[in-house]
Amino acid sequence: MGSFLLILRRDFRLAFRRWSELATPLMFFVIVASLFPLAASPDASQLRDAGSAVLWMSALLSSLLALDGLFRADAEDGSMEQLILSPTPLGLIVLAKILAHWVVSGVPLLLLAPLIALSFYLPVDALPTLIIALALATPTLSVLAAIGAALTVSARGGGAIIGLLVLPLTAPVLIFGTRATELAATGESTLGPLYLLAALAVFALSLGPLAASAAVKVAME
Amino acid sequence: MIKPQIRPFKVESLEVWRGESCLFAELDFQMGPGQAALVTGANGSGKTTLLRVLAGMTLPASGAVTWSSTLVHRLDPLQRAEIAYQGHLNGLKKELTVAENMTFYSRFWNGGQEPGELLEELLEELRLNECRDRQVRYLSAGQRCRAALGCMRLKPAKLWLLDEPLTNLDARGAELVAGWLTAHTSAGGLAVVATHQREQLVEAVSVEIEL
Repeated sequence: MGSFLLILRRDFRLAFRRWSELATPLMFFVIVASLFPLAASPDASQLRDAGSAVLWMSALLSSLLALDGLFRADAEDGSMEQLILSPTPLGLIVLAKILAHWVVSGVPLLLLAPLIALSFYLPVDALPTLIIALALATPTLSVLAAIGAALTVSARGGGAIIGLLVLPLTAPVLIFGTRATELAATGESTLGPLYLLAALAVFALSLGPLAASAAVKVAME
Repeated sequence: MIKPQIRPFKVESLEVWRGESCLFAELDFQMGPGQAALVTGANGSGKTTLLRVLAGMTLPASGAVTWSSTLVHRLDPLQRAEIAYQGHLNGLKKELTVAENMTFYSRFWNGGQEPGELLEELLEELRLNECRDRQVRYLSAGQRCRAALGCMRLKPAKLWLLDEPLTNLDARGAELVAGWLTAHTSAGGLAVVATHQREQLVEAVSVEIEL
């Protein structure tokens, strides 16, 4: 547990020392979501219909972008070799790295999402559900993107390949996430899709780090 | 002094390939506590690959490397921590200061324990005191190399695997590494060092392997 916290603290410190890398995916999220109404019609009812889809797609793409380099910096400066030769299981180290990354990139996204949602005329009553759904979905997205990042550590131009590997796997998150948001917008019960999102998060967080650490080991050979 | 029956580190008929070419085959050696080996060879002869195989990070084509009778790539985490590996990549975080890097590794390898006195001694020995609070990205190659060696020293490892530890070091640095090796082996540690600067380390080792 001690090593878990150590990695967490180290990654937080690193994140704040190169904060511009953190800001990029967030700005990407804001810009993609706010460009959409310019391409579509500014009509309020149409925007409301498309709003949750746009929000979820931009959140998805921005989390992929954010996690692209999760392991690359460690692999390039040799820290990954040192982390592998440590008394801490690699799965735990990977989980700590994912968690650190989620706190610095996922949480700001949760805070920004309601603002974007309002610009799409989503009803204010739907905002709590949107935040809860995103809070349940973004850890799953982070884990999936981490597996992709681990597989592409040593590949040039990893970003595009990650998209190909990971995007098909994100379909369930996207389906339940948008469903929860739409149900909330029409004032119906959102418990069903939220439970399913929670189940997906538990599933991803328990098995994903193991898959990612196996991929990292293969990549380091 | 050295009990001949204890040979915790064994390399048996090792064969390693890189791409289409065989780097070396039928490599055998054994080491017991208190022994250090020097690996020499021309560029491209496979010194780095050998050390990575010894650390269990690369799989050999055939043969076996065992550490306390377990294959190195199957070691459990606690056994893995008995091996310190310092490769071409220094393992330092550029955005952290020298002291932060060393403190992190020390805590990470010693179950959260503070480095305390040892950190101060190492900074002094490595002449890194004045840049202890400088971020690693502002250091020279030699200083980075020394900081990385400092991190390596903070690991309570029995087996040291050092890949070209002297490359960027000045004469005093090289002397220091030779001294560390002697102290490590006389305390019962093991070491395998790959280097081109044979003369500077040859007195500290008992086995020589030429690839």
